[in-house]
Amino acid sequence: MEEEINAICSNGSIIRFHEVTKHYPLPGEDVVALDGVNLDLAPGDFVAIMGPSGSGKSTLLNLMGCLDTPTSGELCIKGRNIRGMSDEELTVLRRDHIGFIFQVFNLLPLLTALENVQYPLILKTGNRECQDRCLAVLAAMELDESLYSHKPSELSGGQQQRVAIARALVNDPEILLADEPTGNLDSKTGTAIMELLADLNRNQGKTIVMVTHDPAIARYARRIIRIVDGKITDTEG
Amino acid sequence: MHSRMFFDFARRNVRLHWLRSLLAILGIIIGVVTIVSIGILGNSLVLAISDSLSTVGDSIIVSPHAGGMGFGGGGSAPELISDRDVEQIRRAVAPHITIPVYSGGSRMKIGTEDTVGVVYGLKSDDIPILLELAEGTYLRGSSSAMAGARFAEQNDIKVGSRITVGDKGSLRVVGILEERGMGFDINPDYGIVVDSRWFEDAYGPDGYNLVIVKVKDLSQIGEVKEEIERQLNRRETVVDVIDTRAILDTILTAFGQISTFTTAIGGISLIVAGVSILNIMLMSVTERIKEIGVLRSIGTKRQEIRRMFLYEALILGLIGSGIGGVLSIFGGYAVSLVMLQTTEYLFVPSSLIYIAYGFAFGIGTSLLSGLYPAWKASNLNPIEALRHE
Repeated sequence: MEEEINAICSNGSIIRFHEVTKHYPLPGEDVVALDGVNLDLAPGDFVAIMGPSGSGKSTLLNLMGCLDTPTSGELCIKGRNIRGMSDEELTVLRRDHIGFIFQVFNLLPLLTALENVQYPLILKTGNRECQDRCLAVLAAMELDESLYSHKPSELSGGQQQRVAIARALVNDPEILLADEPTGNLDSKTGTAIMELLADLNRNQGKTIVMVTHDPAIARYARRIIRIVDGKITDTEG
Repeated sequence: MHSRMFFDFARRNVRLHWLRSLLAILGIIIGVVTIVSIGILGNSLVLAISDSLSTVGDSIIVSPHAGGMGFGGGGSAPELISDRDVEQIRRAVAPHITIPVYSGGSRMKIGTEDTVGVVYGLKSDDIPILLELAEGTYLRGSSSAMAGARFAEQNDIKVGSRITVGDKGSLRVVGILEERGMGFDINPDYGIVVDSRWFEDAYGPDGYNLVIVKVKDLSQIGEVKEEIERQLNRRETVVDVIDTRAILDTILTAFGQISTFTTAIGGISLIVAGVSILNIMLMSVTERIKEIGVLRSIGTKRQEIRRMFLYEALILGLIGSGIGGVLSIFGGYAVSLVMLQTTEYLFVPSSLIYIAYGFAFGIGTSLLSGLYPAWKASNLNPIEALRHE
């Protein structure tokens, strides 16, 4: 049985869903969020997940981000089956290999832009003197240096999202998960952010999974996956 | 390194919500000042009592057995100790000092004023061993007397005053005694001390009212007590032998317990402060649910979240206990001054240690209060926390 699972996880996919179901227990009956999902993402993929509200997009993203575990089926991240992993193991996997980009940026309000970027790196390395790496990542996000010492509340939406992407990238993860990354930005800033993500995918080989409602944004991805009622119904690209 | 970052995080959060942090700190300050001040007061009380009783803490008191038939050859009065028995005690306790004491109440006349006091009859040589002189001299000749400090003060007795003791004759006061405080043996503060020969001539007593044995080496006090009992109570219990150190220990233990109890009551204020910190920390967790979700999603472990919140409680505790500890010195000074009219016991190690206790209790209470909020924060579901608005 273990060999069979190992075989499922070692097919070269960076993310693999194999007959994954996710149920949420509610009084009365369970809600089926994902129903036997099979999905393979290769390293360097850029995937957009689309679907109506409640279709299971966020559940899919949460599972990929090791924030949750499947009710049944196998989910492999970087060749490792996450079933049976402890909370600490999942946290370390998330910290070292996965970067999150949120619709509402979710920067830590007490920290400056630079400190927000430093935080995950310090978590990983324990080293507070890691400014070079952080400055390089922030510079790559084309954020004005004078803003590094600003608190999130002193930055515009676009600037906040650039800091958030820098934070997601600072530990050099192979996977970037973006939940409506342009949802709170005007179209011009949204386009700039999407160009940034596309560039990260093209030039740095980052695997990007992005949830979006916007077909124009989805077109930046190489594949579009549609999900309805917890089932993948269509894959384009 | 993580610890420094989380500590810094906690420090910033305490500063951000400075008003409620201040209120929590105030609670801890009040709690620490209360328990330390009460603790210092209790300790000062014990020390004050110990000081006033310690002069008799090295004695064994031999008195006629309360329900006994008395001493000697049947003819002597049952409630007194005969010369023969005193000799027996002296032999039993040698080389320790045996001091037989006569005592009795009497009406006295000082100048034109009538009063009542206790008259103690002691051998002149024994008096310096037992009592200290404040002014004048020890007894000279058999018709002189020494007045107790309070007795002298109340009756305006000076060296050279004359006291007429009932119809027994007149005595000249040659010395005033140092105030001795409450004792288990004799209480000369409210009486006079005369030579035993004068007492025998005046009253013709059948025996001594008590015998005090001054033990030179306190470690032998138990053995000496047993030896007296073995010698005198061989056939039946004829004397009661009291070890004053044991009484002193019992009294001090009782006062120590009272002091602990009152300090514990003071601790209630610290519990209230702890509840306030618990409340503030729970508010902090509720306000920061989304932030906790973000922290978890970017790779912060549960134990690290716990640490972050415990540091917050620790900071509140450290500041509150630090300020409380300093203010406790003033609090202890004030209560000692008001309750005991002295602050001489404030800066002794056994009082100052209460500041360390208060500091430790303050921090302990803060950390205990932070445990549940920290646990709650660390166990939040990251997905639900991220969704929280």
